Amino acid sequence: MKETIYLDYAATTPVDKRVLQAMMPYFSEEFGNPSSIHFLGQRAENALETARETVAGVINCKPDEIIFTSCGSESDNLALRGVSFAKRNETDSNRILTSRAEHHAISRTAEQLEELFGINVGWLKLNEYGMVLPSAVEQMISPQTALVSVMLANNEIGTINPIKELSRICHDHGVLMHTDAVQAAAYLVVDVEDLGVDLLSLGGHKFYGPKGVGALYVRNGTTLYPTLTGGGQENGLRAGTQNIPYIVGFAEALRLTELERLERVSHVKPMRDKIIGSVLESIPDSKLTGHPINRLPNHCSFVFKDVDGNFLLTLLDSAGFACSSGSACKTGNPEPSEVMGLINLTEEWGLGSLRVTLGMATSVSDVEKFLAILPGLVEKARKLR
Amino acid sequence: MTKVVIAMSGGVDSSVAAALLKQQGYDVVGMMLRLWSEPGKENSNRCCTPDAMALARLVAARLDIPFYAIDAKEIFHSTVVKYFLEGYGQGMTPNPCLVCNRIIRWKFLLDHALAIGADFLATGHYARLTTKSIRTSENTLNDQFLLSKAVDRTKDQSYVLHVLNQEQLKRAKFPLGDYKKVEIRNLANQFGLPTASRADSQDLCFLAGEDYREFIIRNSPESHKPGDIVNKDGKLLGKHQGLSFYTIGQRKGLGLSSLEPLYVLSKKVENNILIVGPEKELGQSDLIVKDVNWISGKPPNNVFRSEVKVRYTARQAWAEISLIKGGEVLVRFDEPQRDITAGQAAVFYKGDIVLGGGPIG
Repeated sequence: MKETIYLDYAATTPVDKRVLQAMMPYFSEEFGNPSSIHFLGQRAENALETARETVAGVINCKPDEIIFTSCGSESDNLALRGVSFAKRNETDSNRILTSRAEHHAISRTAEQLEELFGINVGWLKLNEYGMVLPSAVEQMISPQTALVSVMLANNEIGTINPIKELSRICHDHGVLMHTDAVQAAAYLVVDVEDLGVDLLSLGGHKFYGPKGVGALYVRNGTTLYPTLTGGGQENGLRAGTQNIPYIVGFAEALRLTELERLERVSHVKPMRDKIIGSVLESIPDSKLTGHPINRLPNHCSFVFKDVDGNFLLTLLDSAGFACSSGSACKTGNPEPSEVMGLINLTEEWGLGSLRVTLGMATSVSDVEKFLAILPGLVEKARKLR
Repeated sequence: MTKVVIAMSGGVDSSVAAALLKQQGYDVVGMMLRLWSEPGKENSNRCCTPDAMALARLVAARLDIPFYAIDAKEIFHSTVVKYFLEGYGQGMTPNPCLVCNRIIRWKFLLDHALAIGADFLATGHYARLTTKSIRTSENTLNDQFLLSKAVDRTKDQSYVLHVLNQEQLKRAKFPLGDYKKVEIRNLANQFGLPTASRADSQDLCFLAGEDYREFIIRNSPESHKPGDIVNKDGKLLGKHQGLSFYTIGQRKGLGLSSLEPLYVLSKKVENNILIVGPEKELGQSDLIVKDVNWISGKPPNNVFRSEVKVRYTARQAWAEISLIKGGEVLVRFDEPQRDITAGQAAVFYKGDIVLGGGPIG
């Protein structure tokens, strides 16, 4: 089998060798439980707290404002559930504002909170790029609003939201602001003070850290109820013995991301622009989805009219390119992704989506090979419709 | 490396076929069609439920081959299901598997397999493929593909494959043709394949395990038109519930009282009449086949003798085949046959080899 060129870094990234190295001692040697009294446990606690300080340093907060979780989705869940349960119990605010373009970890959680827990959910309007404008929040925010949750950057279409402005509006109304920065953190500056958010979610495997570890930033003074109860770990907000090797890996990956941010951005961004320009020029009936400028620097997303996006991915995979699509479906029963409908694409366009996301190992020659093969494959897929 | 796409279903046959191909050293890719199901019945469709697809995916993962699901809902509905409903509407007993093999498996899926660079499409059908050299009119030697019966006669599926032409057979592989079903089950164990032991079923996949009549009532209410049941002399014996609900040779469910058992002899769609009669009136000696597909591309002779199968499950019988006008073929059996039913196919065999076949008119 020939080598596959991986162009799906928004789905996940490989663990950086340096990160793996940092993790290794904590599996079999420094395996202590940070809650233990003995010195082995103390050393584990030290690793944990050092990791916390590292993360806090990167996102510009205090160490005790970081809760380690098992993934970005858990962070999102804890933010939504934790805030809405606390607010409902302690205030009259019983409403969450979020958007349908959020990762399912947010939108499905909001739906369940509404269905089973009596929380009221308001869905924020999006513009044609899938962006939540400040006016959309202004329109819907009210004294009943407990929390606004809007992602920093969209995973499917790469659009970056004006979180700073949204936070300002929230704070003017005394409302908490959460952002899901899982997809964004690999390339954007994540500074909680600058963004003005009260809660922020991160996931390790999007920035060359391991899968199965994430973090939630919770601004001091924010009341949050735990959803995983038990021992008093993570300030009583997330029970369960901390996953030290993964947390160490998470912190190291985030530290490297911050350290190498400019380098990484300038590596992927020109290739992104080359892909976007070439695809739109060389493939008839193609459109860019998401914002043309305010988008993640490694993120290209398109729709092709009258193309089965699933089969395009099959063709690409067979040709040695691993990509993704908004309608990606393992069962061959494609529905256009919700996001495609939200940005006003009809089904003849919406089923033909393609997401190409770049990473540190992507080379100019990879991109050239990809661009050489894509138009023919789109044409092939169209013929088979 | 030769690339082979195997059509997978999650069942034991296609799973073992995939494993055999892999063992033979091919670059194997699994594909599974997502076929049409009636809205709301997706989970009971016999051949492509989410469970079956998850199983096929697991088998592919065990074999370390890529697996892709292909969406064929629209084309399956607009061809196979439409043909099924229209066939019943015209008083026939259609065989949608034949249309599926011709249009979905060996056209739509084959095209998708070729598009990803495959050299062959393989299926878990029980049938065999051989070649012989023939001399063309330009006096060059060419390979001709011969389709023949599987080693396991009880599982032989050459009948449903009679719709294939040389172009399709050139791209086809049937890895199971040389095996007996019991050997396939053993191989599945040897390969450690996680295939559920699902009962073999003759049911149509999109009927979701229910009686076809219910499906017709829901999806083609106009064909559900009651009318008269008469005997050969035109004597009124009772009422039928709609011609779609009866098939030639049927005895049960006629709702008639009579001294001797009565069987469905024929249907007159023009005036919505069902003709019944005693067992001795059943059977006919000849039939016409329209649109014959000759596996080799042409008939062996203008008149020839052959064994003929008139249903997937029918016993084959000797007949004289003669070409008549416009590609139609007249089949004259040595003995009258009971199961001749419009909509099913008559398939001609020379020994084990399938010569061709086509729908009974």
